[in-house]
Amino acid sequence: MAIALRQINPDVFPAFPITPSTEIPQYFASFVANGQVDTEFIPVESEHSSMSAAIGASAAGARSLTATSSCGMAYMWEELYIAASNRLPLALALVNRALSGPININCDHSDSMGARDSGWIQIYAENNQEAYDNMVQAYRISEHRDVRLPIMICQDGFITSHAVENIELLEDEEVKNFVGEYEPENYLLNPECPMAVGPYSITDYYMEAKRNQAEGMRNVSRVVLEVAKEYAALSGREYGLFEEYCLDDAETAMVIIGSAAGTAKDAVDKLRAAGEKVGLLKIRLYRPFPADEIAAALSHVKAIAVMDRAEGYTNHGGPLGADVMAALFRAKSDALAVNYIYGLGGRDVRVEDAEGVFATLKQMIKDGDAGETYRYLGIRE
Amino acid sequence: MSYNFKETMNKPERLAPGHRMCAGCGGTIAVRNVLRGLHEGDKAVIGNATGCLEVSTFTYPYTAWEDSYIHNAFENAGATLSGVEGAYRALKKKGKLDETYKFITFGGDGGTYDIGLQSLSGAMERNHDMVYVCYDNGAYMNTGIQRSSATPMYADTTTTPVGTQSNGKPQNRKDLAAVIAAHDVPYVAQTTFVQNFKDLHIKAEKAIYTPGAAFLNIMAPCPRGWRYNTPDIMEICKLGVETCYWPLFEVVEGKWILNYEPKKKLPVEDFLRPQGRFKHLFKKGNEDLLEAFQKEVDRRWEELQFRCSR
Repeated sequence: MAIALRQINPDVFPAFPITPSTEIPQYFASFVANGQVDTEFIPVESEHSSMSAAIGASAAGARSLTATSSCGMAYMWEELYIAASNRLPLALALVNRALSGPININCDHSDSMGARDSGWIQIYAENNQEAYDNMVQAYRISEHRDVRLPIMICQDGFITSHAVENIELLEDEEVKNFVGEYEPENYLLNPECPMAVGPYSITDYYMEAKRNQAEGMRNVSRVVLEVAKEYAALSGREYGLFEEYCLDDAETAMVIIGSAAGTAKDAVDKLRAAGEKVGLLKIRLYRPFPADEIAAALSHVKAIAVMDRAEGYTNHGGPLGADVMAALFRAKSDALAVNYIYGLGGRDVRVEDAEGVFATLKQMIKDGDAGETYRYLGIRE
Repeated sequence: MSYNFKETMNKPERLAPGHRMCAGCGGTIAVRNVLRGLHEGDKAVIGNATGCLEVSTFTYPYTAWEDSYIHNAFENAGATLSGVEGAYRALKKKGKLDETYKFITFGGDGGTYDIGLQSLSGAMERNHDMVYVCYDNGAYMNTGIQRSSATPMYADTTTTPVGTQSNGKPQNRKDLAAVIAAHDVPYVAQTTFVQNFKDLHIKAEKAIYTPGAAFLNIMAPCPRGWRYNTPDIMEICKLGVETCYWPLFEVVEGKWILNYEPKKKLPVEDFLRPQGRFKHLFKKGNEDLLEAFQKEVDRRWEELQFRCSR
């Protein structure tokens, strides 16, 4: 992630340390110290201020970003909404970590899932290659004139962020050309035309402002695919709104986000080798939620397990569960579907756990009934 | 520094009329006079914490600000302008901007002394080239006169109401100028509307054109919150200074300088009497409260004189 940022060479990077995202600004600070980038690095006194300063910089006409995790994101919560409503194309490198309490430094998705309605684009990665590739594509999506919304590039804390993996990097010049110069239309430091940002807007205009944000969101899926196509031509690596793994003829499938998809793919491979028709759908773009496309991709699947690495406290499952179930309902699907809560606070997910989920799905088809649809995986009851 | 009242007042307004602030509001007087410190031709980006000033001057789709302006939230005017100033440096470095910009942010005492203190402290400590201006009217006026840490002792506010068991706010006000001076920034000053705005004008210009972080604390009376006769604002400010309740001073590179010493220090009750928020202090039997108030003013005045004599 830090290398992608070095290659992008953004204008302003305010940051505050929090485990496990700390290494991103830390590596970046050494790039600044050694003249490898000409970014203004602002080591602020809190995450609220890192997002506030990133907003100020972006409004001023600079390409800006920050990085954080967990409580850091919670602390900048109000600012997330302000960034989005100001239509500022700034980036947040989010290294997913459980929210307190109890205080926990390991991975789950409770931080970004809570911010799913803040008006940010959210893109998730399974591994370091994807985190890098997503970051390189981020500004092209976020700054697109039909979008102009902030973007969150998410990866799993420790599991991905601190993993030692070989990844393929693009050349610096390739990234620079792909990302391009930032040329905002309206900005504070435009000597030709001053601008005011952040109005008081009450009953007469607030709703139109929100509707405009939604309009930007409507264009995101198209732009994500356009940018991915260009990126594939450059890198040879293909990306979509989500990844379908052995899904074509699958009878049972898992819908999942992040690093655990890698573990689940191992289970799929193992079960496929044994002749089981299992598959997986891994979400890449979570906000906006490509509901119709996901429902279409799952239309032939008989039993589905939606995997949530965050609680929703609805008494019927987590946020991804709610989104996928709604998508299936809208598509008049008659699939059996259950929602698992797994991996909270870094709880390990093993290949056998994923195999167990597929076994449950198989049993559901046999029973013709999903049974309890709100389940926990790997819990000590 | 020479000061020409007429010339200064005739500078083009950078906060246009037609905004929705109350008649006689001290906040707008502070803003207009700080902006007169900008040299003509110099551009500025103005920051603003949430408060009366923001909601009344930038109500969509209208803005009263001639310069570029950014409001972000209540507690982050310092951090927001840090980012704007960082962007300025980045764009300059990359050769994308030729013009000179100055960075000035305004916050009320709620957004500055209280909820915005961390953000302000960070911006000051990092020494961004900006001026943070607090227009201090001693309470959360925008939400309806609630006490802040800038509210003076015994003031009657909606969260420290005077009652049978209460004499108003039980605590003394925070000395924020001293807190910011302790950050060792290049320039800190305290002022208000006296001497035909000479003191304010000189300090604003110095703050804007001193490289690095600067802080101005301006006593800006609120006729609604303080409950005085609105046209008497200049008299109220003068009494604030003549009683040494609100001394005029600056801290330049760590050196404390007293800018004005009254020939005859007036009793603080002269400042308190015209204000409805202190009415209860003048009831029979409350003489000890006035005495305690005077004692605190004297203590702080002596402390300031000591700092300035070193």
